[in-house]
Amino acid sequence: MATFTLPKNSTVQPGQVYKAEAGAKNVRSFKIYRWDPDTGENPRMDTYEIDLDKCGPMVLDALIKIKNEVDTSLTFRRSCREGICGSCSMNIDGLNTLACLKPIEDVQGDVRINPLPHMPVVKDLVPDLSQLYAQLRSIEPWLKADTAAPPDEERRQSKEERAKLDGLWECILCFCCSTACPSYWWNGDRYLGPAVLLQAYRWIADSRDEYQGDRLDQLQDPFRLYRCHTIMNCARTCPKGLNPAAAIGEIKTLLVERDR
Amino acid sequence: MSEHIPAVNRQTSMQTGLGRVRGSGSARNGTHHWWMQRVTSVALLPLTIWFVFSIAAHAGDPWEVMAEWIGRPFNAVLMILLIGITFHHTEAGLQVVIEDYIRPERRAMVAGLVIKAICLVAALLSALAVIRLAV
Repeated sequence: MATFTLPKNSTVQPGQVYKAEAGAKNVRSFKIYRWDPDTGENPRMDTYEIDLDKCGPMVLDALIKIKNEVDTSLTFRRSCREGICGSCSMNIDGLNTLACLKPIEDVQGDVRINPLPHMPVVKDLVPDLSQLYAQLRSIEPWLKADTAAPPDEERRQSKEERAKLDGLWECILCFCCSTACPSYWWNGDRYLGPAVLLQAYRWIADSRDEYQGDRLDQLQDPFRLYRCHTIMNCARTCPKGLNPAAAIGEIKTLLVERDR
Repeated sequence: MSEHIPAVNRQTSMQTGLGRVRGSGSARNGTHHWWMQRVTSVALLPLTIWFVFSIAAHAGDPWEVMAEWIGRPFNAVLMILLIGITFHHTEAGLQVVIEDYIRPERRAMVAGLVIKAICLVAALLSALAVIRLAV
């Protein structure tokens, strides 16, 4: 059955408070989820008071400032700091997004930061995404064609064919969408989730790919595809402004046209 | 049907992630079920509007008048259509709820069959009642 409450050892408790330095005028509180697998303690919410006058504009700037200057044990993923690597996806102010693209001033009051929802936590803000990576691998996200590529040039596409990939290729696999999807929360072991289904459609829609039928066969499943109930959290949360639900809708339409 | 492994127990399995995700493979169905849910919901729109307004227009009428009205061929056919499509739609929708929430797989299968049986019996009873008034 679906489980609606956290187990006892996962309930979040109040944590430490790190006060801002004396004389700071523009102070904001960052309440951050902390969990260390080595201590055996419950997760807690630590509060860090940060002087925004001495901090960059984005939430990631504040996290880096905390790690550098306040608490080196704070653990999170980040790399490019410009919304293209997808590493710093986390739940900020109740919405999954990229810390590097989320301006602190867009958040009213305390800035609450949690790891991506409903994933096993490795430490603090680092979720275990191995299930999602395995699901991505399972849809074979690469060009599959039996026709050999032309010897001296790339496989060609018309401008119209290429345009069908717009809104799909931009996905950076941050998994904000999949971890925002209640259907993925309940049935993530069998439902592929919005991010992976958008990737699947990216190859189904590619005119150079010759395995559209096989790809559709693999998706046509009550759990892999049809757990999508158009809840639309995916489109609402996507930090790149993409619409995975629309891609899933395209897959469903192709299947109806084929099978009826 | 693959064994359901809750997230908290994943680390106790030594199967690879890809092996677990591929599981027993694609069921290669679900499209018909999904499409019929859409078709029945669209069909129910005019039927339900017709039903609600017709019944409202007969508010307070005695049994004999209602029985005669339902017994007319046009009304009887629409009533039987409404009954069949309503219970088909109910069964399809509840099937989705079961797939979403009920584990393990065997309990979901039993629940699905029970709901199918209840909907079928209810639909046949309702249809028979209409037919008795019509013939």
